[in-house]
Amino acid sequence: MDKLTSEADLAAMIRGANGALKIRGGGTRDVGAPVVGDLVSTRGLSGVTLYEPGALTLVVKAGTALDEVETLLAGEGQRLAFEPMDHRVLLGTEGVSTIGGMVAANASGPRRIQGGAARDFTLGARFVDGAGRVIKNGGRVMKNVTGYDLVKLMAGSWGTLGVLTEVSLKVQARPETQATLVAEGLDPERAVASLSAALGSPFDVTGAAHEIGGRTMVRIEGLRGAVEYRTGALATGALAGFDRLEADESAALWAEVRDVACLSDRAGAVWRVSVKPTDGPRLLATLGARVQGGLMDWGGGLLWLLMREGGDAGAKVLRTTLAEFGGHATLMRASAETRARVAVFQPEPPGVAALSRALKQKFDPRGILNPGLMGS
Amino acid sequence: MQMPVPSPDVLGKKDRIVALLRGVLPEDAVIEHEIELKAYECDALSAYRCPPLCAVLPDSTEAVAAVMRICHAEGVPVVPRGAGTSLAGGALPTADSVILGVARLTEVLETDYDNRFIRVQSGRTNLAVTGAVEADGFFYAPDPSSQLACAIAGNIAMNSGGAHCLKYGVTTNNLMGVTLVMADGEVVEIGGAHLDAGGLDLLGLVCGSEGQLGVVTEATLRILAKPEGARPVLIGFDANEVAGACVSDIIKTGIVPVAIEFMDRPCIEATEAFTGAGYPVCEALLIIEVEGSEAEIKDQLSRIIEIAGRHNPVEVRESASAEESALIWLGRKSAFGAMGQKGDYICLDGTIPVSALPHVLTRIAELTESYGLGVGNVFHAGDGNMHPLIIYDANRPGDLAKAEALGADILTLCVEVGGCLTGEHGVGIEKRDLMTKQYTPDDLEVQMQVKDVFDPSWILNPAKVFPLEASKIRRGM
Repeated sequence: MDKLTSEADLAAMIRGANGALKIRGGGTRDVGAPVVGDLVSTRGLSGVTLYEPGALTLVVKAGTALDEVETLLAGEGQRLAFEPMDHRVLLGTEGVSTIGGMVAANASGPRRIQGGAARDFTLGARFVDGAGRVIKNGGRVMKNVTGYDLVKLMAGSWGTLGVLTEVSLKVQARPETQATLVAEGLDPERAVASLSAALGSPFDVTGAAHEIGGRTMVRIEGLRGAVEYRTGALATGALAGFDRLEADESAALWAEVRDVACLSDRAGAVWRVSVKPTDGPRLLATLGARVQGGLMDWGGGLLWLLMREGGDAGAKVLRTTLAEFGGHATLMRASAETRARVAVFQPEPPGVAALSRALKQKFDPRGILNPGLMGS
Repeated sequence: MQMPVPSPDVLGKKDRIVALLRGVLPEDAVIEHEIELKAYECDALSAYRCPPLCAVLPDSTEAVAAVMRICHAEGVPVVPRGAGTSLAGGALPTADSVILGVARLTEVLETDYDNRFIRVQSGRTNLAVTGAVEADGFFYAPDPSSQLACAIAGNIAMNSGGAHCLKYGVTTNNLMGVTLVMADGEVVEIGGAHLDAGGLDLLGLVCGSEGQLGVVTEATLRILAKPEGARPVLIGFDANEVAGACVSDIIKTGIVPVAIEFMDRPCIEATEAFTGAGYPVCEALLIIEVEGSEAEIKDQLSRIIEIAGRHNPVEVRESASAEESALIWLGRKSAFGAMGQKGDYICLDGTIPVSALPHVLTRIAELTESYGLGVGNVFHAGDGNMHPLIIYDANRPGDLAKAEALGADILTLCVEVGGCLTGEHGVGIEKRDLMTKQYTPDDLEVQMQVKDVFDPSWILNPAKVFPLEASKIRRGM
């Protein structure tokens, strides 16, 4: 099913389908319970529909390569503000990441803490739902409250509600420069205290992360003078004792954080956990030696945790703890066998689970789009 | 604007419904007296009025749930109401509906600076959220013009914006969690103090759903550290399209002003006559505000002024003091009041791609002339969110209908150039019947199916958002 080149063909194909479909962009984000079904690739739906740098707007078909889009934007001195993670590094997948896959995964990197997630920068979407209906929602303008916001619902729905065919994105001008303040050897609690202080300052921090057992880092971006001033103010205030990395080194460091490169060649299950930042150190304390390494991003609120893959890969202890703290844990990397056995996505409380199930039923009445990927 | 015929069945059992509500609420929380109900018969779209069956003012999530259980069991429509500042008729009642006001839910429940959030009851006003944290150097970013009066519940229902969302985003970008009372009275928690959803993003769906999916009683909101300072510059131009091009150039450079406001000649003249803010009388002016330290402000303003210089401005006025800044903002902030001096007005809210600004402004002028009405434009230029103010005379028969027809033409134009009907005010009843301009029957059907999931019997604000014809069967008509 790699030959689909139009939305109309895709819709016809879905209408005519008589069994489960495995929806795929570039196949680089192999996340969720394994799906058995006929492969549907969106790679043939490719191309930039509209790019207006002066309006910070990009409309692009879902199968377009993310690399291609990033190159196009860089040519105009712009970028995707939410810094989408390249999952190939952590998951060891190959292939070409697509824009549709990025939105379907709500893939958002370090700058999410300041600017927002992929869901915040997706202005509009076209998709084909499980009944084969072509649906559009939102648009290409930055402010739009016309009807319900299905775009947010589609972002992070991993192809279980519909197959994205085109999205509109708000893009951002690249800042003139960046710098990072970095310190070694802080324990998680002290690290998060530093990150909270930096994020609670008026200095517009765009990255705040801590490698478990390693560096603690805070990024500033903007006009040259502003970066100079803000890093100076932080280094003599909330982040006294931190060293400064200049632009190139800083950029390289944050690419590693974005892609969780530190866990790339270490074997084991990798969890992605979202909690409120000060619960990050508490969670680590509870898990103790079960955590074999990892990273805290988003000021401490996003944890990437390496755990032993045997048994339930740590699901029970993690989720029991999160029931108390609030937040959620997703098993982002594990073998297909483990992902078939362990709930990959956080089980929801009954009221919310009932809503999610009922929505899935409306969007995909036959249950054919990536069935089971996000759980039952 | 049509509203559905009230249900004779519900009207006939008013006494029973009121008695049931009195059974779960304190004496003063159920309002049924004709005179007292006057306060609830309209919102800020005051051309449309209808007294509700009754109004209730519960003071806790449990009390809201009790009200919903009763109304659900009795099949009574419920119209949730924040502070009643909707410009789209979002809180307009029908005669057979219960107004559920959140005005007594005003507490701050939790403030957490380390994790940068505040949890409030939803009846708290927008400005009072910032008020609760500003002494500690924080603020809540979305700032609708009505922020002194409007409630967070309404902000969430309409996904409100404001002048500063160019930099900070709108409500949905600053909302982390809600306590939602469902149509049947069940209470669910969505989101919280952590970021993003672990499963489907129901929070994103609830925000902007105009009180049709549930009643938000508590909200977790992102708060930000206040910038060190802010300062505006005022730049005048001799043509609308030149001002539009200047906006585009500024945005492209990577400078992120917190606000870029635009006013056209009719608006400038009206404001000058009204406030004497000392604006240059020209075709178009921009007010651009930047934030940061003193040096950062100077740096950004000098770059903006340099860009503006390439567009032959007729005036560049950089504020040199807090007084001058206040004066620059005075005219903009008084613009609606000033236009009100010229007559009654309808405020539109269409959003267009920034690149379409010059064309749309020209077309609006042509359309307005063909209707023999007046219009002034004052809006958030950075994000293309237009607010044409159509001037009419409410006392002249047929004038309102004419103004509404012009409004519909202008909004249709916004959609035609790639924009949308409403950027921050919501659909309500005002733009309900224009929804087919922007969406196909399938697009609307899938949205109505979402409502089916949250509110299968369609009792929550049922006569809003969707064209009445499209929602007829679901509303039991």
